[in-house]
Amino acid sequence: MNLTLTDYLTILPAAFVALGGVLLLVVDLFIPQNRKGITALLSAIILAGGLGTNLALGGAAFPAAFNNMIVLDGFAAFSNTVVLASGLAGVALAFQYLRRLNLERSEFYALILFSTSGMLLLNQAYDLIIVFLSVELLSIPLYVLTGLARTVNNSEESALKYFLLGTFASAFLLYGIAMIYGATAHTNLPSVVSAITDQKANPTLLLIGAALIVIGLSFKISAVPFHVWTPDVYQGAPTPVSGWMAVSVKAAGFTILLRLLLMAFPSLSTSLSAVIGGMAALTMILGNLLALVQKNIKRLLAYSSIANVGYLLLAFTAYSNPQIASDALAATLFYLVGYGLTSFAAWAVVTSMEQAEGRGLEIEDFAGLGRKRPLLAAAMAIAMISFTGVPPTLGFWGKFYIFRTAVESGALALALIGLLTSLLSAYYYLRVVVVMYMKPGEPEVTSDPWVNLLAYASAAGTFLLAFFPGSLLDVAARALIKLF
Amino acid sequence: MNYSLLILTFFPLIGLPILLFLREEQKNAIRWSALLVSLVTFGLSLWVLSRFQPEAGLQMQIDLPWLNIAGIRVSFQMGIDGLSILLVLLTAFLTPLAILSTWESVTEQVKGFMMFFLMLETGMLGVFLAQDLVLFYIFWEFTLIPMYFLIGIWGGARRIYAAVKFFLFTMAGSVLMLLAILYLGLAGKSFSLSELATNRAMFANAQTWLFLAFAAAFAIKVPVWPLHTWLPDAHVEAPTAGSVILAGVLLKMGTYGFLRFNLPLFPQAALSFAPAMAVLAVIGILYGAIVSYQQKDVKKLVAYSSVSHLGFVMLGIFALTPRSLSGSILQMINHGLSTGALFLIVGMLYDRRHTREMSAYGGIWKVVPVLGALMLVVTLSSAGLPGLNGFVGEFTILMGSFASPVLNSPWFAGVATLGVVLAAVYLLVMFEKVFLGPLTHEENRTLKEITPREVVVLLPILILIGWIGLSPNFFFNLISPSVHQLTALLQAAAVAVR
Repeated sequence: MNLTLTDYLTILPAAFVALGGVLLLVVDLFIPQNRKGITALLSAIILAGGLGTNLALGGAAFPAAFNNMIVLDGFAAFSNTVVLASGLAGVALAFQYLRRLNLERSEFYALILFSTSGMLLLNQAYDLIIVFLSVELLSIPLYVLTGLARTVNNSEESALKYFLLGTFASAFLLYGIAMIYGATAHTNLPSVVSAITDQKANPTLLLIGAALIVIGLSFKISAVPFHVWTPDVYQGAPTPVSGWMAVSVKAAGFTILLRLLLMAFPSLSTSLSAVIGGMAALTMILGNLLALVQKNIKRLLAYSSIANVGYLLLAFTAYSNPQIASDALAATLFYLVGYGLTSFAAWAVVTSMEQAEGRGLEIEDFAGLGRKRPLLAAAMAIAMISFTGVPPTLGFWGKFYIFRTAVESGALALALIGLLTSLLSAYYYLRVVVVMYMKPGEPEVTSDPWVNLLAYASAAGTFLLAFFPGSLLDVAARALIKLF
Repeated sequence: MNYSLLILTFFPLIGLPILLFLREEQKNAIRWSALLVSLVTFGLSLWVLSRFQPEAGLQMQIDLPWLNIAGIRVSFQMGIDGLSILLVLLTAFLTPLAILSTWESVTEQVKGFMMFFLMLETGMLGVFLAQDLVLFYIFWEFTLIPMYFLIGIWGGARRIYAAVKFFLFTMAGSVLMLLAILYLGLAGKSFSLSELATNRAMFANAQTWLFLAFAAAFAIKVPVWPLHTWLPDAHVEAPTAGSVILAGVLLKMGTYGFLRFNLPLFPQAALSFAPAMAVLAVIGILYGAIVSYQQKDVKKLVAYSSVSHLGFVMLGIFALTPRSLSGSILQMINHGLSTGALFLIVGMLYDRRHTREMSAYGGIWKVVPVLGALMLVVTLSSAGLPGLNGFVGEFTILMGSFASPVLNSPWFAGVATLGVVLAAVYLLVMFEKVFLGPLTHEENRTLKEITPREVVVLLPILILIGWIGLSPNFFFNLISPSVHQLTALLQAAAVAVR
């Protein structure tokens, strides 16, 4: 097998970040304990470098590389951008936080880089084996990261829970891949597709395989009924890790789910669409219902992230129709960007609020934030309004596009469930706003320049981009052309 | 391209950077800049009026492409016609007065208050001017946010409950409307109101559901009985200026929505639902009046009177005659003026005595004769005394509904007339309890007479009350060409059914 330059270029973003992580581990040995800020800075530079390479190569339209194992099409490049940007946001969230709460360990940044490279690889995967490898590459560092706050019992518990359920999910995924291999004698996506179109595949095995893969990935994106780990893990993990994984893991998970279903399994859409539609409905309803009763802001945001997964799953209704599928793809990418910006605004405020020993994380602790830190409270309020889906925010446009796709595909009932659960969500999101602005209090808030910057920038993006949704949607719509 | 409406809509936002520049302690500077911005906005609305030609239909249109979803355009499309001109003027007219009324009542976080108020004005103007369904929806939903904060931060004791209830009720209707808008956009291949109205055959088979989805959003806002329960809470807990805008303008967004969307987009459904809507309207008229009569709190009384008064507007709309529709539009303005003024006066009393219980007053005419006289005029206007504005609106609506071929029964107007009588009863009883009789409470003896600033707040409203009452034709002439266009369209639909 001859490897050409384009092969290496295709894998460059992921390789750059992974190699950067390895180097960082070595370089870190020579950085004195009191200057670990340099490690954080280096990791940010590596992520920025990965982002740069990804943006530079994203438009190049290389053919699939390494014998059709890896691809860097517009779709993957778009998701890579989201993942790398959220990696940068994660580093910004973590830097002062870790020092402040005595959790500083320089492996943290290397682990973020390794996990990010796994996500990048997952975005670019063109072969089921790569899918499995990259899922593991992204997960294993994550298990460690969620358990990083060793002093907190919750953190250990959450890491163990995440690890056990995560491995379980990986087993589903692997079994599904094996089934597909059994049905088509291939793991490579183009070959799988041609086996299916040539009707050489065993339809029963194929369906079982695809369903098992969907289940495995549903764990990762925390769709109901595979969501039970999410609130515990998000609560127990260090706050920057929760915020970062709430965005990046879901982005990568949805990318591969879209690629697999839309590209490889359109023939199964009649059975899979119904199942995923049911999951979407359950996820929207349960995520929002359970969020109603939360008192802890991290658990609230965890359930809110589950609810958002429900909205994102609407993209899979009627995905066999190419027109609807391409609309749904654009809508999903758009939604992910809006969700990411909104989430980081919210998680940045939560990071500022958290004090030693997990104090400051009850919703009631936000009382008086509106007067004490007006800008931070405004960022949180914009995030809450955007999550609710009220204009003018990106959250509104995201829901607008997603629900539009659902209506277009004839899933009026699902769109109605989505809209009614958004109404439900208004109640708990508003409660945060009520506490911040309408209840007196003296909250303890940390002022951390990087976290502040992230909160303001994400909130401003959530708000200002809502006035120019067209340009973002155009980028998202262009990103998918190469998929078909 | 005509940018006048765009400038008018977004002018209030110019105040935001100015206010941000000022420090929280410079309260007067903050108040004056907000007032000035809203006054200039009013000036702009008069400029729009001066160039308005009633016969020309939708005019001063602007259509900027905004985004394109799979070939279907969402555009920044605005326009003004007889249905909206008066509501735009009312919004721009009431906002500076409401701002001026807060000089002494809002002393905490003045900057935030004024910023939300100016945002609210932009939102309301946008609702009345938008000609694209998505744009309309954005403005419609956006008005929720500033109003939610105005009630929740500067409101009374139960403000949080009222603010959240207001938000959730309104949003409940809005999500159904959003679903209908999404459906319309796909079925009609456009989000532009005029294009959809022309191509309404493309979604005619779903129009019953679409009508109901839009009606849900608008009926909650109006509010139509039995969806009114958020209104007394929101009105009573809101700060005075908030109540003025809430009653004066926000409720009209609902009735305006029926006129602007439900009638032209789904005329057949409108015709078949008209009797049902008229029944709800009449129930609202009577229910609002009876509940008003039983109130002990003046502000609550005024709040429930809105349910009754807007019942008339709804009756006029669904009587579907040119006369009743014109009456309805004028009555929206009348209600905005009289109820706005009532809330302002109640607020003035509250500023002085810190209670709104009627039993705490009594006989205060002797102490504050000027305030009493002004209150009397406003009360009579609200009760529909001939010669004042309320009479013109209600009388036109009743005349129109009486002869309505769609309702086809004099009973609607007949029973509604009872509401006029009841309104006189509860309003005059209220006036008597507060202003007439012997002075029963010692502390009322030292009540402060109306200040010049408060006179400036009320006088413009009173002038308009008299003007509309004595020569309503100036206003009817602005409305009627557009109303005739609308009824012609409905007539064509009725013929198509037969």
